[in-house]
Amino acid sequence: MGASEIDAGGPAVRASELTKRFGDVVAVQGLSFAIARGTTVALLGANGAGKTTTLSMMLGLLLPSSGTIDVLGCNMRTHRHLALARMNFSSPYVDLPHRLTVRENLLVYARLYGVADARRRIARLAEELDLAAFLKRPTGRLSAGQKTRVALAKALINDPDLLLLDEPTASLDPDTADGMRAYLEAYRARRGATIVLASHNMSEVERLCDDVLMMKGGRIVDQGAPAGLIARYGRQTLEEVFLQIARSDRAVAG
Amino acid sequence: MDARRKIDEGRVAMPAAPGLPFSLHRVGAMILRYWFLLRGSWPRILELAYWPTVQMIVWGLITRHLQTDSSWVAQAAGVLIAAVLLWDVLFRSQLGLSLSFLEEVWSRNMGQLFVSPLRPSEWVVAMMSMSLIRTLIGVVPAALLALPLFGYSVFTLGAPLLAFFANLLLSGWWIALIVISVILRFGLGAESMAWLLVFLLAPVSCIYYPLEVLPGPVQWLALALPPAHVFEGMRAVLFGHGFPFRHFAAALGLNGLYMVIAGSTFLWAFHDARRRGALLNQYE
Repeated sequence: MGASEIDAGGPAVRASELTKRFGDVVAVQGLSFAIARGTTVALLGANGAGKTTTLSMMLGLLLPSSGTIDVLGCNMRTHRHLALARMNFSSPYVDLPHRLTVRENLLVYARLYGVADARRRIARLAEELDLAAFLKRPTGRLSAGQKTRVALAKALINDPDLLLLDEPTASLDPDTADGMRAYLEAYRARRGATIVLASHNMSEVERLCDDVLMMKGGRIVDQGAPAGLIARYGRQTLEEVFLQIARSDRAVAG
Repeated sequence: MDARRKIDEGRVAMPAAPGLPFSLHRVGAMILRYWFLLRGSWPRILELAYWPTVQMIVWGLITRHLQTDSSWVAQAAGVLIAAVLLWDVLFRSQLGLSLSFLEEVWSRNMGQLFVSPLRPSEWVVAMMSMSLIRTLIGVVPAALLALPLFGYSVFTLGAPLLAFFANLLLSGWWIALIVISVILRFGLGAESMAWLLVFLLAPVSCIYYPLEVLPGPVQWLALALPPAHVFEGMRAVLFGHGFPFRHFAAALGLNGLYMVIAGSTFLWAFHDARRRGALLNQYE
């Protein structure tokens, strides 16, 4: 399959009976879902629900034990490089090299993604994400909030069609976090990009997301628009829905 | 921030077919990454040249002493200095490649690298290129310094020097690929392999002594490894026996064989790391 043969239609992500086992532990079991292009979707769930495992399989960093996952029309087991050029990822838990300056890191990743005018792109992102003041600073000397913004700049360096974000506003003050959410909304509107995020910030999910996949014990236990879920569970906020689902085992057990 | 106003209206220019097989641009990007790291630290650059120079001085002094007592060394004044410099080619090329890999693990950058279109083969070629640069930075100053200090130039070996250099570089690379595979499989607990494994080969590489010194069965083991052929060849040239094509061909063939084995092992270890999720976990 060549780049020209990538499926232009269909969902941005399609998982079919996706299962991942680590020895005897089943991290994700029989996930089947589709994420429509141009939407923002959240993976929600308590710690250990299988969100990171699912994101890792979307990124091709982790091979499924069984089942398939297609991203931007490419099977991630066999053709992940074709999809990877058109997607990107940001996580506060995966670092960029500390001893390189912010500019050097962004330049390296711009070249890895084949961005034609890398310096101009970096200048543009630095302006948009307010990075200009510390472009020459080693990445390891940044504050947690600054690192989060740099990680987002790296994730946007190739103007991706699919953006996977793990805790995109972690460590940001409320003002900067609000600006970042506005930025992501505008980016999606301009590019028609698909955004998949994992977040524990429920108000962020309510604001940004069209759809939510609720995960528990490696399975999707519910799915729907934030407002729809809130209405269906008869709650006031998505956080209350999250807590009800997260505690449902205990309630049953009790 | 006014996000809508700030967002770039134009698309980022991308190559026509990104993500397709082997890209020299991505190799270049990774070389740039390691070059930024190296140039950002003068102590690292000095350290590269430090050990080869100290080793050369020590063996140069030993040579000066033995030239009066040992007819074998007296026959070819540079035999020990050339040996130590060529040994450093093997050691530095192996360490240079292994350290580039370890830099990614230490900086927890693997998860970022392999969600980009970078292919493992492109990464390996970039690390090999940096290994060559590190080796030259380490060995060339020591080789140049040997001339004023001991009146010996390893460059008098002539064209065979290139053949020896290339073979030892290849040996260092396949040893490093095995080291990387072990660390990918067993985690950072095995990182000391990057410094230790090559020394396991030192006794049977016949660096400072001829093959005949080894016990009979061990000679067969030595001849199954490329470095012994290189050092035997080096001595043949220095003692005026001409360029030993037999040893050169053996070293090249063995290097090709071990490179295929080590490359396959690395690809298996990388695939296994993807299966276990080790590219995101930091091997600890």
